[in-house]
Amino acid sequence: MELQAVLMAAGGGSRMPDLTYNTPKPMLPVGNKPLMWYPLNLLERVGFEEVIVITTKEVHKMMSTDPKMKDVKMKLDVVCIQEDGDMGTADALRHIQQKIKTDVLVVSCDLITDVALHEVVDLFRAHNATLAMLMSKAHEFTDTVPGQKGKKKTAEQRDFVGVDQSGKRLLFMANEADLEDGLSIRKSIMRKHPRMHIKTGLEDAHLYCLKKAVVDFLADNKSISSIRGELVPYLVRKQFSKTTNSPKIKDDAEDQNQKTIDELLISSRDEPLLQLAQERSCWNDHRGDMSEAYHGGKLRCYVHIIDQGLCYRVNTLAAYIEANRLAPKLFEEPAVHPSAVISERCQMGSDSIIGALCQVADKTSIKRSTIGNSTTVKEKVKVTNSIIMHGVTIEEGCNIQGCVICSNAVIGRGADLKYCLVGSGQQIEPEDERPCLPCLKRGYNPQKH
Amino acid sequence: TKEEKQRLRKEKKHQKKIKEKKDDKEEKPVGAASQPPTQPSQKGDLAPAPAPVPVPASETPALADKPAKSKADLKAERRARQESERASKQGKKGDVGQPVPTSKPKAPPSELQPVVKRLPEHVQVDNPDVLKKLAKKLERQQIPLRSDYGYKVSLFSHLHQYSRKAPLTQQLGIPSTVIHPAIVRLGLQYSQGIVAGSNARSVALLHAFKQVIRDYTTPPNEELSRDLVNKLKPYISFLNQCRPLSASMGNAIKYIKKEISNIPSQCKEEEAKSKLLSCIECYINEKIILAAKAIAKYSIEKISDGDVILVYGCSSLVNHILCEAFEKKRKFRVIVVDSRPRLEGREALRRLVQRGISCTYVLISAVSYILPEVSKVFLGAHALLANGYVMSRVGTSQIALVAKAFNVPVLVCCETYKFCERVQTDSFVSNELDDPDELIVTRKGKTQLEHWQEVPSLGLLNLVYDVTPPDFVDLVITDLGMIPCTSVPVVLRVKNVDQ
Repeated sequence: MELQAVLMAAGGGSRMPDLTYNTPKPMLPVGNKPLMWYPLNLLERVGFEEVIVITTKEVHKMMSTDPKMKDVKMKLDVVCIQEDGDMGTADALRHIQQKIKTDVLVVSCDLITDVALHEVVDLFRAHNATLAMLMSKAHEFTDTVPGQKGKKKTAEQRDFVGVDQSGKRLLFMANEADLEDGLSIRKSIMRKHPRMHIKTGLEDAHLYCLKKAVVDFLADNKSISSIRGELVPYLVRKQFSKTTNSPKIKDDAEDQNQKTIDELLISSRDEPLLQLAQERSCWNDHRGDMSEAYHGGKLRCYVHIIDQGLCYRVNTLAAYIEANRLAPKLFEEPAVHPSAVISERCQMGSDSIIGALCQVADKTSIKRSTIGNSTTVKEKVKVTNSIIMHGVTIEEGCNIQGCVICSNAVIGRGADLKYCLVGSGQQIEPEDERPCLPCLKRGYNPQKH
Repeated sequence: TKEEKQRLRKEKKHQKKIKEKKDDKEEKPVGAASQPPTQPSQKGDLAPAPAPVPVPASETPALADKPAKSKADLKAERRARQESERASKQGKKGDVGQPVPTSKPKAPPSELQPVVKRLPEHVQVDNPDVLKKLAKKLERQQIPLRSDYGYKVSLFSHLHQYSRKAPLTQQLGIPSTVIHPAIVRLGLQYSQGIVAGSNARSVALLHAFKQVIRDYTTPPNEELSRDLVNKLKPYISFLNQCRPLSASMGNAIKYIKKEISNIPSQCKEEEAKSKLLSCIECYINEKIILAAKAIAKYSIEKISDGDVILVYGCSSLVNHILCEAFEKKRKFRVIVVDSRPRLEGREALRRLVQRGISCTYVLISAVSYILPEVSKVFLGAHALLANGYVMSRVGTSQIALVAKAFNVPVLVCCETYKFCERVQTDSFVSNELDDPDELIVTRKGKTQLEHWQEVPSLGLLNLVYDVTPPDFVDLVITDLGMIPCTSVPVVLRVKNVDQ
C-alpha cells in the first residue's frame, strides 16, 4: 500500500466558540453536510478505501447517527481520544503509530477544497520527499460577520514561508510570533539556494504527506506535540542542519540514544542502488554550484501552492460563513432536498439550500441562505444571507438578515434579527429587534444589556 | 502453453506449404538442372527483403524432380509474384504480422521459421486501429491511457508526444493499488526527467523491480514463474506510457523475464525471491558497474597526454571514463558541447570540473569553430543498432559528421547490454518526441512562443534521439573490447548463443 489516510477530527474549534460549544467542530453543518464529510469526500473521490479517523467519543456518536456520513463508502477506522484537548496532532499520530504501516496523508477535518490531490502526492513521490504539504493564497473575508461590530482586524499571526525558485521546495517556515527581532535566515540556506521567495499571504491547508520514518521518529521524540506548530518547522529546519550532511557531528540538544530522523530515513534497503541511479542520472534540481542534486541532502520538504480554486479551512466564523456559501458549488446537488416541503408561494433564490424534511410555508422569501434539516419556517418570513442549522423553528413574520442560527433554536414571531448569532437551543422572544448584537448564548440575558 | 501453440502453428504452415508445392509441381515442368542456378538468384532476391528468409540447402533436392521450364519464364513469374505479395503486404501493414514466408509459395518450409518483426505500436500513432488496440490493452491492464499533446510536425506524426504538465498520475487513484508504489514513483521520475540517461533509467528500473519482487506473494494455485511475469506486464505498460522504454531497459526486462520463467516450479517462494534479487544484483554489477570499469580501462589506453577531448551532452559512461583517466594522471583537457533544450552539458561540466579537469564549454552551434583544437571525440550511446548505427542524444550525429570532416577520430563508448537487434537508418522511423513546451524560453520577461498553439502553421519539434551512421564512427569501446561499428551484429549473435 502506498499511503494511509489519517483524518484529524478531534480539534475543538477554539476560534469559534459560539458555534462549537454545543456542536463539536467536525459535525458543524456546512451546506447541510457535516464539516468532516468534505475531507472524507475528497479522499474518497481520489481513490482511498480506508481512512483512520482520530476523533472524540462525542463526535463518533454523532457520526453514526448522521445520514450524510452513511454516504461515505470508505472504511472508517475510528480512534477515540480524550476530549480534554491536551493531545496535539502529533501526539495523536504517536498514539496510532502501531496502525501506521506506510507513508501517511494527514488531513484536517476542517479542510474544504477541490485541489487535485495528485499534485501534492506527486511531489512527495517524485522527489522521495519527507514532507509534502499544501498551501493556498489566504482569503480575505469581506462579509460582515455576525456578532462582531465593524470589521475585525486580523490579529492572526502571519506565516513566513520561504520557497526556492521553482516554487516547490520548502526552504523556510516561521510564524511571526516566533520571530522576535526579525527574520534571520541561515547562511547555509542562502549558499545553497541563493534565490528564495518569501511569501506571507499563504494559508496552510493542514494537508501533509509524511514518510513513515517521521511517524517512527515521533514515537521516539515525545516532546513534539503539534504537526503544524512544531513538526513541520522542525523538518524544514532539519533539511539544512549539519547533521544531515556529516553524521559524526551530533546536535547537543538531542539525546544520543534517540535515533535522529536522518538515520531513520537512510535505513531503507537498496540505498546504494538508489544512489547509483541518482549518480548516473544527468539531472540536477539546481544549477550554478558544484553540488549534486538536492545538495546531497536526504531530508526534503516540498510544498504545493494553489492560487486558483477552492481551499478553505473552516476554523473561524468568517470562514464558516464563506464556506457555507461556496461549498455547495463544489457538488452538483439539487438545492432543495427532495423530502423538503416547500409551499408554492415561497420565493427562493437560486443560491439557497434547503435541507431534508424542511417545512417552508407561504409568502416566505429565502435568499442566499442555507437552511438545515428538519427546520420549520412559517409564513411571511424573510431570510437573507443567513445560515440556519438543523431543527430550528422560525415563527411567522420574522426578518432574519445575515445571521447564523444554531440548531434547535426558536425564533419567536415577528423577530427582527440583523447580523446576529443565535446559539443552540436559544429562544428569541417574539417582536424582538436585534440589530447587530453579539452572540446570544445560553444564559445570556438580553434584557440586562 | 505458448510453445505448444507455436509448434501447432508451424505444423499447419508446413502442411499448407507442402500442399502448395504439390500444386506447383503439377503446373510447372521445371528441369532439375535449371533449379539449382535459380536458387542463388532467389537467395539474392530475398536477402535485401526486410524479413530474413534463410534458404536451406535441403530445398534443392526437393525441387529437383520438377519438370523443366525456361529459366527466364520462371524468373519472370517469381518476380511478378513477389511484387504482388509486396504490394499486398503494404496494404496490411497494421495487421498482426503475417508471416512473410507463407505468402511466397516457393519459400522453403523450414524449421527455422523466420521471426517477423511486427511494427511496434509506438511508431504507428497515426493509425487509429493500432491506437484502439493499445487502448483496449491498457484498459485490460487497468492502466490509464496518456493522451498526446499539441500539434505534431507531419514528418513525426507517427510518434507519441506527451506533455510534462499532464502526468499519468492524474488519472490514477492516489493510493495506487493496481500499480506498485515503487513503479508509480519510477514512472513519475521518468516523465519529469528526474531519472534520465540510459544507465540511470535501467538501474532505477531494476531497483523498482527488486522492491516489487520483495513485496510479491504468490497467490494460491499459481506458480511464481508465470504469475510474476504477468504481474510485471502492466507495470511495464505503465512505464512505457510515462516515457517510452529505452533499449537498455528493454534488454534488462528481457533478462528478468527469462530469469523468472526459469525458476523451477518446486522452488519455494522465499528461495525463488532471493534468487531473483541476487540475479538482479548480479546483472547490475556485471553489465553496468564492471562494464564501466572495463571500458574505462580500454579507453585510458586511447587517451594520451596533451589530448583535447570533445564530449557531447552528459553521458554517465564518458564522464566516468574521463574521471578515471584523470585519476590515472593523464594530462588532457575537455571541451563540453551542449545543446538546447536539455542543456545536459552543464551537468557534465559540473561533474568534470568538480574533479579538477580543465574544461571548455560551447554550444553545438560552435562545434565547427572548436574542432580544429580537438584531438579526439568521445561519445556516449543510448543504444547500438544491429546494422552498426549508433542511437544517441540528438546532435550526436552532427558532431560525428563534423568530426569526420575535420579528420578527428570519433570513439563511441557503449556497454554491451545496450546493443539491440533493431535496425534503423534514419532518425525519423523511430524516435521520441519530448514536450514541445520545453523549447519555449522566457527572456527579459517576454515569452515569444507562449501562444504557439494558436498559430496554425507553427509546430514545435523536440526530438530526443538521432542515429549516427557507422562511417562516422571509428571505434566502439565496449566491455568486450574495442570493436569496429560493423561488428555489432557479431556481438549480438554471440550474446544470443550464450543465452
